[in-house]
Amino acid sequence: MTKVVAVTGNEAVANAFRQIEPDVCAAYPITPQTELMQRFASFVSDGKVKTELILVESEHSALSACVGAAAAGGRVATATSSQGLALMWEILFITSGMRLPVVMAVVNRALSAPINIHCDHSDAMGARDSGWIQLWSENAQEAYDNAIQAFRIAEHMDIRLPVMVCYDGFIISHSIERIEYLDDDIVKNFVGEYKPLYPLLDIENPKSYGPLILTDLYMEVRRAHAEVYKKVPQVVLKVAEEFEKISGRKYGLFETYRLEDAEIGLVVLNSAAGTAKDVVDEYRDKGIKVGLIKPRLFRPFPYGEIGDALKHLKAVCVLDRADAFGGSFGPLYLDIATSLYPYSIKPALINRIYGLGGRDFMPEHVAYVIEELKKIVETGKVESFKEYIGVRE
Amino acid sequence: MMGWKQIPPGMVILEAGSALKFKTGSWRAFKPRWIEENCIHCLLCWLYCPDNAVKVKDGKRGEFDFDYCKGCGICALECPGKKGNKAIVMEEEVK
Repeated sequence: MTKVVAVTGNEAVANAFRQIEPDVCAAYPITPQTELMQRFASFVSDGKVKTELILVESEHSALSACVGAAAAGGRVATATSSQGLALMWEILFITSGMRLPVVMAVVNRALSAPINIHCDHSDAMGARDSGWIQLWSENAQEAYDNAIQAFRIAEHMDIRLPVMVCYDGFIISHSIERIEYLDDDIVKNFVGEYKPLYPLLDIENPKSYGPLILTDLYMEVRRAHAEVYKKVPQVVLKVAEEFEKISGRKYGLFETYRLEDAEIGLVVLNSAAGTAKDVVDEYRDKGIKVGLIKPRLFRPFPYGEIGDALKHLKAVCVLDRADAFGGSFGPLYLDIATSLYPYSIKPALINRIYGLGGRDFMPEHVAYVIEELKKIVETGKVESFKEYIGVRE
Repeated sequence: MMGWKQIPPGMVILEAGSALKFKTGSWRAFKPRWIEENCIHCLLCWLYCPDNAVKVKDGKRGEFDFDYCKGCGICALECPGKKGNKAIVMEEEVK
């Protein structure tokens, strides 16, 4: 039996963590993640979970403690945002390199400087090649559902990789939405008992984590590591299929919205997809064939599947909530461009940067982009590949 | 040598004590020399050696294990010697 509640995104994910009851959580407060771990700390204090909550002096220590706990043989979760994720950077690669299935909620927030506590995606985008699986979530329901599925994905014996569950700071983390909770026992049963692989606390069988590997073997180790990611999409789909059975909610590698017969399309991550879908509907009512694609599994990126879903379009705009300095394009644009490169006939592809540092992304911004795409289709010309929307001149 | 398909998950090494196979003595640029007549067998060198390269037998200090001695010189620094004469001195490694 599901329970319908009105909660913030952080509260929803804190409840997912309560239902899963990891062995160890180590976290450090940072806006807008703080509310998540504050609520989870209450569950610990109130005796609702037996999780060992480790209070640390920084995010670098938080993830280091998670690495230790996971290598010891525990189910481990943490959460962070922005500068906190940046401070974890060194340990991100160690977590994935040692194949430790840590789950981390990343409540997306802009990076300094200038300091800003509001939403954009530059934090998680900076960590996109760290070897963590990334699941992105449009709303509180998806954040909750992804958090539950993340443990099953991370702990799958075929992959054993850490997972980030990304959702938009404040817009989702602090806004109250209607969501459906699954029953505690259904979630517990779904994630199942944790099966450690090579636990250090199994002292009868000593082992070494993180050995020194030099020129003679490092490249083989990295090549072997890259191979594991090929198995991720099928694990994500299998877990989604099982999740649908307990929740009735369907998940894939990405979501398409009115895309099949579309001529122009939008690619957008997280909460802005909700706004964009409304505007897609308005244009569909006017007879304009526009559709949308919202990636869910961003790392590893499903290049083949996304390229296949977009190749028939005439013009596509990739909306990036993170900029790339140094004359480059937004990170999502680069991956979409790569996914379309193998096709000889492919859509015109433009990149629009929006919503940095929590700047509102309004329906009129979506309409503006759709008008641009219409013009590209009509004239066959792209005037500018990368621009910023919603910025004052 | 191992190919990439043989790499264990996370490069976790399941064999205990495998560091013995990695003979770090080849890193040495300076080599400690033990001068037995100056040795009071206090075993400070054994205590401080980061590589277990000082051998002890029957409570007495023995020779260096040069398979693992990196020549860091900590033993020579810590050695109190006898009447101001060090029982361990560092000498340039000769090929």
